Amino acid sequence: MSLTKEQIAQRIARELRHGYYVNLGIGIPTLVANYIPAGMDVVLQSENGLLGMGPFPLEGEEDPDLINAGKQTITTVKGSVFFDSAVSFGMIRAGRVDLTVLGAMEVSDQGDIANWKIPGKMVKGMGGAMDLVASARNIIVAMMHTNPKGESKLLRACTLPLTGVRCVKKIVTDIAVLEVTPTGFLLVERAPGVSVEEIQSKTEGRLTIQGGVPEIVF
Amino acid sequence: MNKVVAGPSEAVRDIGDGATLLLGGFGLCGIPENCIASLVKMGVKNLTCVSNNAGVDDFGIGLLLQQKQVKKMISSYVGENAEFERQLLSGELQVELIPQGTLATRCLAAGYGMPAIFTPAGVGTEVAAGKEVRNFNGKDYLLEYAFDADFALVKAWKGDTMGNLIFHATARNFNPLMAMAGKITIAEVEELVPAGELDPDAIHTPGIYVQRIFQGTNYENRIEQRTVTRR
Repeated sequence: MSLTKEQIAQRIARELRHGYYVNLGIGIPTLVANYIPAGMDVVLQSENGLLGMGPFPLEGEEDPDLINAGKQTITTVKGSVFFDSAVSFGMIRAGRVDLTVLGAMEVSDQGDIANWKIPGKMVKGMGGAMDLVASARNIIVAMMHTNPKGESKLLRACTLPLTGVRCVKKIVTDIAVLEVTPTGFLLVERAPGVSVEEIQSKTEGRLTIQGGVPEIVF
Repeated sequence: MNKVVAGPSEAVRDIGDGATLLLGGFGLCGIPENCIASLVKMGVKNLTCVSNNAGVDDFGIGLLLQQKQVKKMISSYVGENAEFERQLLSGELQVELIPQGTLATRCLAAGYGMPAIFTPAGVGTEVAAGKEVRNFNGKDYLLEYAFDADFALVKAWKGDTMGNLIFHATARNFNPLMAMAGKITIAEVEELVPAGELDPDAIHTPGIYVQRIFQGTNYENRIEQRTVTRR
């Protein structure tokens, strides 16, 4: 059984540590906020200028001046602070953000990431992703293992324009958890009931398998 | 010192064809709605607009795009605008996509009187094409230049007659940076008060950076993605 988007987020939440400042990208990464363990102090950074992002507001309490980087209406939590975009990217560039979670179209087995452009088809832009991946100390990618055509998104080399080079540390997909090592992807965990062979067949980049690979337990 | 002008049409009166503008805001949050409306009314053409986003089809900078008043956009993310994508793919519109932190810091550099910055964002990507790369302490950085813009159009929550500005929540975003970076900075505010009424400790943008200020009207403050928790 492959993981749902919620389960991918749930698995990534296990990487959180007490006292972390975390930037969550749009899509699956945003869901990680729902699985922060009770009692763990984690502060969410939104790169449009907020530390201490809270859940969506109650109906009728939306403030057009209070949004996240996905332009969604949000709230703040106790101890939150607003700042301008230069301060926001200053703290990112200075390595003060402990963990960045973002989506990707492709990841290479060197840790390169592509997630902002499909030449001739899609021109949305990189937003803050290039700044984040260039400076964050720990970058986890949340994505499907294959694209809608069934092709591997974990490649020997990215084919799409890059967002950043040699920066991704870990990838959580719908079927596996992988680390990026000097010799390519290392299979760390597999989704319940998904075989190592299936993961192997859906991974185009170099993949190392050491001993028995445990299933993710929920 | 009084920097107050009557309204948006007086504030933007000397923005001519071919001008380079910095426009504050993130998405539709904290955008200079009144100034954009006046630019649409004036019909000024061939603008180069520096703004994190390009609005949506029928609001924000999207209104300028609809009237084909924009020659070039410099932005970090333009995903919400179908007309923008159409003009881009048809070649009518020039677009330079740059990392969001680079956009912010190129404004900051202009406001701080520094000609350029070094940033790691974009190293090894097509953003680095043609740019000087310098290695500091074992890591590569790109040389990026401060913006050189004729005008900055910003939106603040409160302002005083001397041009001091205070922003609200995440509507701050690029506004104080662009306010510092424009040769002529025009601020529209939700509440204009006499000098002396704002707490000096609470002011985000010192009035020295602001040349014109006016009391804005009829703010729509549109929400782009309304997300709520059910009661």
